[in-house]
Order: sequence, then structure tokens, then C-alpha cells
Amino acid sequence: MAWQWFHRLGSPRWFYEKTSRWLPWIAALTATIWLISLVWGLGFAPADAKQGNSYRIIFIHMPAAVLALVGYYVMAVAGAVGLIWRMKLPFMVMKSAAPIGAGLTLLTLATGSLWGHPTWGTYWEWDARNIFMLVLLFLYLGIILLQSVYPVREGADKACAILALVGTINVPIIYKSVDWWYSLHQPATIKLTESSTIHPSMFYPLLLSILAYYCFYSLALILYTRAEIISREGRTQWVRALVATKHAPERTG
Amino acid sequence: MKGNSESNERPFAVFTSLFRREITLIWRHRSDMANPLVFFLIAITLLPLGVDPSRQMLAQLAPGMIWIMALLATLLSLDGLFRSDYEDGSIDQYLLTSQPLYLTALAKICAHWLSTGLPLALVAPLLGAMLALPEGGYLALLLTLLPGTAIMSLIGATGAALTVCLRAGGLILSLLVMPLYLPVLILGANAVTAAVGGFPIDTHLALLGAYLALMLIIMPFATAGALRISASA
Repeated sequence: MAWQWFHRLGSPRWFYEKTSRWLPWIAALTATIWLISLVWGLGFAPADAKQGNSYRIIFIHMPAAVLALVGYYVMAVAGAVGLIWRMKLPFMVMKSAAPIGAGLTLLTLATGSLWGHPTWGTYWEWDARNIFMLVLLFLYLGIILLQSVYPVREGADKACAILALVGTINVPIIYKSVDWWYSLHQPATIKLTESSTIHPSMFYPLLLSILAYYCFYSLALILYTRAEIISREGRTQWVRALVATKHAPERTG
Repeated sequence: MKGNSESNERPFAVFTSLFRREITLIWRHRSDMANPLVFFLIAITLLPLGVDPSRQMLAQLAPGMIWIMALLATLLSLDGLFRSDYEDGSIDQYLLTSQPLYLTALAKICAHWLSTGLPLALVAPLLGAMLALPEGGYLALLLTLLPGTAIMSLIGATGAALTVCLRAGGLILSLLVMPLYLPVLILGANAVTAAVGGFPIDTHLALLGAYLALMLIIMPFATAGALRISASA
């Protein structure tokens, strides 16, 4: 009885119908928070003492980096849940999380390189964090590739889950790399156990940006998973009924 | 049951018999053992021919280059690790034995390392001499390549098991496994460079050892899972 909610979560149809109702709200929330955080960070936060106004790209670059790492864990955990409990939905979530994570990693690397030019004097430098973010990108691309070339759908899901789990060791390395190696990136300024070393007037828009990116990630994940559900469950009755109701006005009108 | 008590009395019986079979097969085709070594040798000559044959330049690039070529040689040898087993149905037999699939994977990985990684590590100092590797680097090269190639065999076995049922398996194997090799490459190449500069490499070796221990625990499990997927594909 206690596990019923857990197994209901594994039903693609349940997921699709629930998210159909939540989607407008999540989209509105994402858009609002993201706009507020962008305007606040880019427009109203004070200029940095050393970097002037060019530091403002942090409000795009850092949340993207955070979500790229979190997204990898989402993908790996979804794969693990699918492997252990043999449910369909987690594998669909895992497959959807891969392109989103890859896109966010690309955004991180691109904005980082744009930021590096005025501040470090170079577009790219082989310091520890850059290297391991690049490794993260390769891991994402490897999972996308493996999904597409495997002949059997089930095998593809399980193989990608194993690959995702094997690659999870990379995420803590990225996170701690600025502490372990002396590199161009500065050590973490947002700390969980002590007070952060970043000024509050920059800290709050940064937190809001991170929240906005979390909302964006959830939105993107839900949208991709819904598309995956429709694609995989195309032969079931409920999907066919859904397609029929969507197309009915065109036929009669 | 007779089967259960037998397997309890000699728990590693299947491991040793599988390991012995692998070594016998490798020994019967022992000329194949030379392939990664010849690739290693030929690839090493690409550096002076393609970049700069001056001793200065070679000495600078040698530590990293030898490590890169050892990595590539290992990658090339991984494709055939499970391929013949997949084609003649041996993987199904592995699933049916009484021993855990972890030990089966470990037996194959050990045989692979003994026939590929170990020779590569032993030959590397010789190739170091060809690339004008400075004095301090030879021992470091050997000491880092020994655990390094073992780690690469372990990680590569998972990749090989995942891609054995694919058509273009070898190339995809390389793409999947190379991101996971990068930390090992960084550690190993940095260690040799540090040794050439006269610094102690205790920390590098300790980290490599820790990485090897971690991979020894995790990778055979991942390989076993991948073998199960490939068997049902």
C-alpha cells in the first residue's frame, strides 16, 4: 500500500495527464523568475570592483554550470531507478535529460569562454574545471550517441543507465576541482556551512538566477519527457484517443 | 544439492578455469599480442616525424606522448575482448555459470591486462629512449603505466561489453570510454613529467593506486551488467 504512490509515479500515462495540468503554471513561473533575475542581475546589481560590468555574465554562466551538474545526477538517478525497479518512465526521463544537460554544458562552456576573454585574456585555458566540464559534455554526448545506435530499445535504455552511472564520478571531481588544483577559476564563494564570501547585493540575484534555471530545467525535462512518452506509447489506446481528439476538429471543420 | 556444495568448496573454480582458458587462447594466437606493441612503436614515430625531431622538443613531449599512445593501443585492443564470445554464444554460458558474473568479468579483464597492458608498460621505457625521455622519467613511466593500463583495461571492459552487439562497435567504444580515461591520463602523464623535473611522485602513485582500487570494485559490476544487456540484445 505504501509503495502504491511510487509505482503510480512510474506510469507514463499518469505523468502525462498530471503534467498537462501543471504545465502552464510551471511555464509562467519559469518565465517570471527568469525575467526578474535577469533584469536584476544584468541591470540593477552593482558593478564588480575588479571586473566592472563584465562579471554580469555570471548570472547566466554559473546557474547553467550548476544545472549541468545537477542534470547529470538527475539522468544517472533516473537510470538507476529504471534499472533497479524496471519501470518505463525513469528511462524516458533519463533519455530526455541527456540533450538538456548537453545543451546546458555547451552554454556553460560558451559563456565561460566569452567571460574569459576580457578577464583572463584568453578564450580557453586548459585548467582543471574546464577540462572536467568538457569531459561532462563528452559523457552527455556519449549517452545520446549510445541511445541512438543500440538496436533494441530496452537494451539501449539499460546500457545508457550503466554508462551514466559509471560517469557520475566525474561530477564531484568538477565540483572539487577548484579546491584540488590551482587554476584560473576562483574557489567557491557560495558556501553551505559558513557565510558566503560574495556580497549580498550580488548574492541574491545569483540565487534567484539559480532558482530560475532549476525551474527552466524542470520545464524542459517535462516537455521532453512528454514527447518521449507520446513517441514510445504511440500504440496504446490512450495516446490514440489523445491524437484523435486533437485531430477531430480539423476533420469535421 | 551436489552442485551447490561443489561450488561452495571451490568458490573460484570457474574463475581459474575461465582465466586459464583465456590465457591458453591468447597463447595459441600469441602473435596477436604483438599487435598493440607494434602499433605503440609505429605511433610513437609519428611524433618526431609529424612535429619536430629535435631532442629538446621530444624530451618535453615524450612523457605525455607515450602515455597517449599507450592509451590508444589499449583502446584498439579492447574491441576484441568480448567479440568472439558474443559471436559464438559464450556470453550466454557466462550468465549460466554458478559463479557471480563479477568474477567472470574480472577473469577476462585480468587475462586482457596480462596480454596487453603489462607488455605495453614493460616496452614503454624502451620507447622513452627513442623519444629522448630524460633520465628521471623511465622508472616513473613503468610505475605509472602498470596501474594505469590496469585501470584502462577495467574501464574499457565495460565499454567493450556495452558495445559488443553494435555494428560500428569499435569506434563507439572509443567515444564512450575516452572521457573516462582522461583522469588517468592526467595523473599518469603529470607523474612522469614531475619525475623528469626531479619531484617525488608518491602522491601520484598513491592516487593511481586508489583509482585502481576503486575501479577494481566498481567496474566488474558494470561490465557484468553490460554483459547481461548484450546477451539479451
